[in-house]
Amino acid sequence: MDRKTEDGEFVEQARSPTAEAWDMFKRNHAAMAGLAILFVITVGSIFGPFIYNTDPFDMVWAPFSPPGEEGYLFGTDYLGRDLLAMVVHGARVSLVIGLSAAIVSIFIGVTIGALAGFYRGFIEEILMRITEFFQVLPTLLFAMVIVALFGASLTMITIAIGIVSWTAVARITRSEFLRIRELEYVMASRASGVSNTKLIFRIILPNALPPIIVQSALMIGSAILFEAGLSFLGLTDPNVVSWGQIIGSNRQYILDASYTVTIPGIAIFVTVLAISLVGDGLNDALNPKLRAR
Amino acid sequence: MSLRGALKGGRTLKIFGLIVNRLVYAFVLLFAVLVLNFTLMHLAPGDVADTISQSMGGADEELLIEIRKDYGLDQPYYQQLATYIGKVLRFDLGHSFFFNEPVSKLVLERVPATLLLVITAQILALLLGVVLGVYSARKPNGIMSHFVTFFALFGYSAPVFWTGILLLIAFSLQIPLFPVAGMRDVTIEGNFWVHAIDVMKHMVLPVVTLASIFLALYSRLARATMIETLGTDFVRTARAKGLPERQVVYKHALRNSLSPVVTLAGLQFSAVVSGAVLVEAVFSWPGLGTLAFQSIIARDTPTILGILFFSALVVIIGNLLTDLALRFVDPRVGASK
Repeated sequence: MDRKTEDGEFVEQARSPTAEAWDMFKRNHAAMAGLAILFVITVGSIFGPFIYNTDPFDMVWAPFSPPGEEGYLFGTDYLGRDLLAMVVHGARVSLVIGLSAAIVSIFIGVTIGALAGFYRGFIEEILMRITEFFQVLPTLLFAMVIVALFGASLTMITIAIGIVSWTAVARITRSEFLRIRELEYVMASRASGVSNTKLIFRIILPNALPPIIVQSALMIGSAILFEAGLSFLGLTDPNVVSWGQIIGSNRQYILDASYTVTIPGIAIFVTVLAISLVGDGLNDALNPKLRAR
Repeated sequence: MSLRGALKGGRTLKIFGLIVNRLVYAFVLLFAVLVLNFTLMHLAPGDVADTISQSMGGADEELLIEIRKDYGLDQPYYQQLATYIGKVLRFDLGHSFFFNEPVSKLVLERVPATLLLVITAQILALLLGVVLGVYSARKPNGIMSHFVTFFALFGYSAPVFWTGILLLIAFSLQIPLFPVAGMRDVTIEGNFWVHAIDVMKHMVLPVVTLASIFLALYSRLARATMIETLGTDFVRTARAKGLPERQVVYKHALRNSLSPVVTLAGLQFSAVVSGAVLVEAVFSWPGLGTLAFQSIIARDTPTILGILFFSALVVIIGNLLTDLALRFVDPRVGASK
C-alpha cells in the first residue's frame, strides 16, 4: 500500500509479515482452491446433519441400491442404510478427531522440542532419545495397541493418534529453537534478565512458528488418514459413523457394491488433498527463503 | 596400492564398528519397547485373571485372588516387570489364549511375510521415485514434472487401504490379472521357482499399493534436490568440460542428490510398517498386520504386545540397512568421524 505524504510523495508503508504471507498465499491458486474446498467441507460437516437429517443408522431401503436410483443419491450400503446420510454424518467425526488429534500431537511435540532446543545438554539428550524411541514404533500399530487396551472411545482414539504422531513436530521445533536461541535479539533479552518461561513462549516460540504451522497443517491431514485407518480396521466407537468405518464395514461387498467403498474414500481423499494444498501454500508463503527467489 | 588397501581396511573396520554400535543401540531400544509394553499392559483395565474368569463364565473373588497369585499379579510392578523381561530374554513372549500357541512362534511365523512386503515396497518406491524425480527435474516445467507433482499429492492424500481396494477392484475383479488375496496358492505344485512366481503374482498389488504413498514422497524430494544440484557449480564445471549430458546427470548430479532421499527412506520405515498393516488387511497378506488385526478383534493382549515388539525390530533392522546403504551411496557420510 502506498500512501501520499504531505509533500505529495509516495512512500511505501511497512506491512506486517502476516499480511505479506497472506498476499503470497492468495497468489497460489491451488492453495486457495484447497482453502475453498476445506471451507465447504467444514460448513457442510457443521450444518449438513441438520439439513440432511436422515439417521445414518436407519435402514431406509433394500441393501445395495446403486447411487441415484430410488431417490438415494449415493445409494444404500449392505444394511440398506442411506450412504449419503452416512457420509454427511461421518464428516464430523473424521474432521473433529483429525483436528483434535493434531492439536494433541502439536502440543506434545512443541513442548518436547522447545524444552530440548532451549535447555540443551542433559535434558535435550533424554528428550531426543525418547523421540527416537517413538520413531522406532510403527505409529499405526502403537495406536492400535493403545486403543485395543484402553477401549475404542473417540477420546481414546484422539489421544492415541496424538501420542504416536508428535515426533516430527518435536524435531522441527527443536531445530528452530536451536537456531533462534543463538540469535542476537534472544541474547539481548537473556542479558536483560528475561525469565526462561518468557524466553521460551514470548521471545523464541513466535519466531519458530512458521515451520510449525506448516507441519501442523499437514498433521491434520495425516491425523484424518490415521483415524480413517483405525476405523477401517474396526477400531472405532461403534455408535458413531466415520468415513473410514464405512469403508471398513462395506469392504466385503465390493463385488456387489463398489460405490460403498469408493464414495467415502473420495470424501477422505478430497479433504486430505485440500489440506495438503493449503499446507503447501502455507509453506511457500511462510518460507522467506523461497520468497526471495 | 597398499595405501588403498589400508584405506579399504580402515573402512571395513569403521563399518564393523558402526554395526556393533548400532546393535548395542538397537538392544537398548528393544529393551525400552519391552518396558513400554509391560507398562501399557499393567495400566490397561482388566488383567489375565479377568480374562480367564470371563472364559470360565465368571468366578468369585477368592478364585480371582488365587489366579492373580498363580500368575504373579499380586507382586509389585517392578518385580513383575523383571519377571516379564527375564521371560522375554528366554524368547518367551507369553501364550496366546486365542490362537493357543506361544506368541513368539506365532509372531515369528509372520515376520518374513511383512519383511518381504515392506522391503520390496521400499526398494520399488526408492528406485521409481528417484527415476521419476530425476526425469522431471531435467525439465521442471514439462508434462512429466507436473505429473510427478500431481501424483505426489495423490499419493499422500489418498488413504492407502482405499487405494488398495480400488486396485483390487480394477486388477483382480474387473480384469482378473492378479489373485484377490493371500500370499500363495495352495493348489499349485512344483519346484521352488513355480512357488516363487506364484508369490510374486500375489505380491504385485500389495507392493504397488504400499509403494504408492512412499513413491510420492521420494519422487518429490528427488525432484527438489535434483533441481538444486543441477544448478550448482560443479555441475556447470562438468558441463563446461564437455561431458555428455547423460554422464553429468546420472553420474555427477544423481550421486549428490541421492543421500537426502535415502535418509528420508530410512526415517519412513516405521511409517512403511504402519502402511503395511492396512495393506495386509486389504489383501489378507499373512503378515504381522493381519495377525494384529485378528488378535485385536479377539482381545488377545499377549499377541498384540508381541507384534509391537517385533514390528519395532523390523523398523530397527530397516534403519540399520538404510544406514549401510547411505554409506554406500555417499562415501562422505561417516568419513569425517
